[in-house]
Amino acid sequence: MANLSIRNLQKGFDGHAIIKGIDLDVRDREFVVFVGPSGCGKSTLLRLIAGLEEVTAGTIELDGRDITQVSPAKRDLAMVFQTYALYPHMTVRKNMSFALDLAGGNKADIERKVSEAARILQLEPLLERKPKQLSGGQRQRVAIGRAIVRNPKIFLFDEPLSNLDAALRVQTRLELSRLHKELKATMIYVTHDQVEAMTLADKVVVLNGGKVEQVGSPLELYHHPANLFVAGFLGTPKMGFLKGTISRVDRHGCEVTLDAGATINLPLAGASLSVGSAVTLGIRPEHLNIARDGDCQMQVIADVSERLGSDTYCHVRTSSGEALTLRIRGDLASKYGETLNLHLDSTHCHLFDAQGLVITSALQAAA
Amino acid sequence: MMTLKQSRRVQSLVLGTLSWAIAALVFFPIFWMVLTSFKTEIDAFATPPQFIFTPTLENYLHIQERSDYFHFAWNSVLISFSATALCMLIAIPAAYSMAFFETKRTKGTLLWMLSTKMLPPVGVLMPIYLLAKTFGLLDTRLALIIIYTLINLPIVVWMIYTYFKDIPPDILEAARLDGATTLQEIFRVLVPICKGGLASTALLSLILCWNEAFWSLNLTSANAAPLTALIASYSSPEGLFWAKLSAVSTLACAPILIFGWISQKQLVRGLSFGAVK
Repeated sequence: MANLSIRNLQKGFDGHAIIKGIDLDVRDREFVVFVGPSGCGKSTLLRLIAGLEEVTAGTIELDGRDITQVSPAKRDLAMVFQTYALYPHMTVRKNMSFALDLAGGNKADIERKVSEAARILQLEPLLERKPKQLSGGQRQRVAIGRAIVRNPKIFLFDEPLSNLDAALRVQTRLELSRLHKELKATMIYVTHDQVEAMTLADKVVVLNGGKVEQVGSPLELYHHPANLFVAGFLGTPKMGFLKGTISRVDRHGCEVTLDAGATINLPLAGASLSVGSAVTLGIRPEHLNIARDGDCQMQVIADVSERLGSDTYCHVRTSSGEALTLRIRGDLASKYGETLNLHLDSTHCHLFDAQGLVITSALQAAA
Repeated sequence: MMTLKQSRRVQSLVLGTLSWAIAALVFFPIFWMVLTSFKTEIDAFATPPQFIFTPTLENYLHIQERSDYFHFAWNSVLISFSATALCMLIAIPAAYSMAFFETKRTKGTLLWMLSTKMLPPVGVLMPIYLLAKTFGLLDTRLALIIIYTLINLPIVVWMIYTYFKDIPPDILEAARLDGATTLQEIFRVLVPICKGGLASTALLSLILCWNEAFWSLNLTSANAAPLTALIASYSSPEGLFWAKLSAVSTLACAPILIFGWISQKQLVRGLSFGAVK
């Protein structure tokens, strides 16, 4: 069992609040990813859980035991560092057995655990090597192996893939995902890469400015972002945002007049909507299309486009200067400066109020 | 016209000659000292200086007769090694805390420690002499061990601090998560990683202790005097005996030179921190 529960966790350095009251639950066997821009406090939060930083206020409980003030070694957690943090003077075998040696375990038992971890991670031929004789990917696996032998309740990963090249990163990501399933382990993973967050996580925690913006499954966050920050942070290319005002509200929905000159009817209704209030309309690149006959809602000027073969990312600019990206299946040859007619898929539009919070309504919930 | 290859060859020839000339110039006094130690006193004073002469061992025999060389050498060994060991034992934990648990005052403390080296030792001769006298430490090895430890401590802490600063804190945090206590962190992780740097620091401290003359001359006489005091005793009021002075100097320098020669490999920091980019 490994159920982690964090309540009102706070951390300040020299009077500056880094973590501003976080409440979070991590359930047994869950793969939780902390994601956010640099400086959002995600690594600090992980270090607080690991016990490498002192908590300013709040509590951390693991399976009902308060571990807020417990030393790192006694928390039943293992961590994989961004720099791998292998002991350079020890062989791979020694690196992996160090924790067990310190704990003074039975020699044969230690040997068995190290061999088992080495087998899982295919490190057997490398056991007698020193870290400097290993490639980046191999060091990464040793760091994971060092965590595995300790059989911790929770694995903590601090941006473990950021020092690997692109190809190896994809491969290691898959291996981690497989490892999570094989070991039936509980894992907490910190990254600034939203692709890693989307592909690995059971549960994504989006952090910004030391606060949790939203918690949920990757697709929940993708399809139902709670605010502008989450909407803009998850998804590549980014969600496009258009400023506007509400010009009409009735029981079927509302009409938004965009600064870019178009009016869009949305199936959104509710008490929070009132005529004249400023809103931001968000739309993902795959829900923007080139208009076919007659369904043009908006004219934009083509900027550069990225033609990837399978898809084309076409960057455009509205008459009010807002940048949007279209994701077109297949190939689209647009000329720089050309005027394009756009169609917005109104069922997939997100509406945010002046505070940046999403506006939901009974209509959308029913849909 | 010279080709590029030719001009490179000329350049390396000129540079090579120049380096050898400078090296010879620097080494010459030592060479002359060793040479003079094998001359008679008359040859040693001869003008122009003699390069070709009949070598003799009489100076060395005379030294062993007049003063027990091994007694002084043993004092030097004992004092230098003990002071260095003590100094390292204090400096390693101090540098550890300064490097990995830095506070607002760490930099200031380091500078202050180094600034104590700017004080001329003679300025504190009287208080230290009186302290040694009061505690019955005059002419004891313990007095020199304590003083050498303290005077080398700033530079040793500073050096070890810079070596420790190169170690990513992640490695120590990993050790902490692996269950290492502070002492295990220092002696099972940090010290083995920095062994090259620590060895060269210890060697430097050893050389500084071995060559120290001011305090050994002022605080010791017969019992605890190291080799530096022995050399000084040959510059006597009866006059300078160049050949004997050279012989005793050669004997005083030889052990540390040989020791330095053997351990010079450690002086070159050859340790790479492969696991960490």
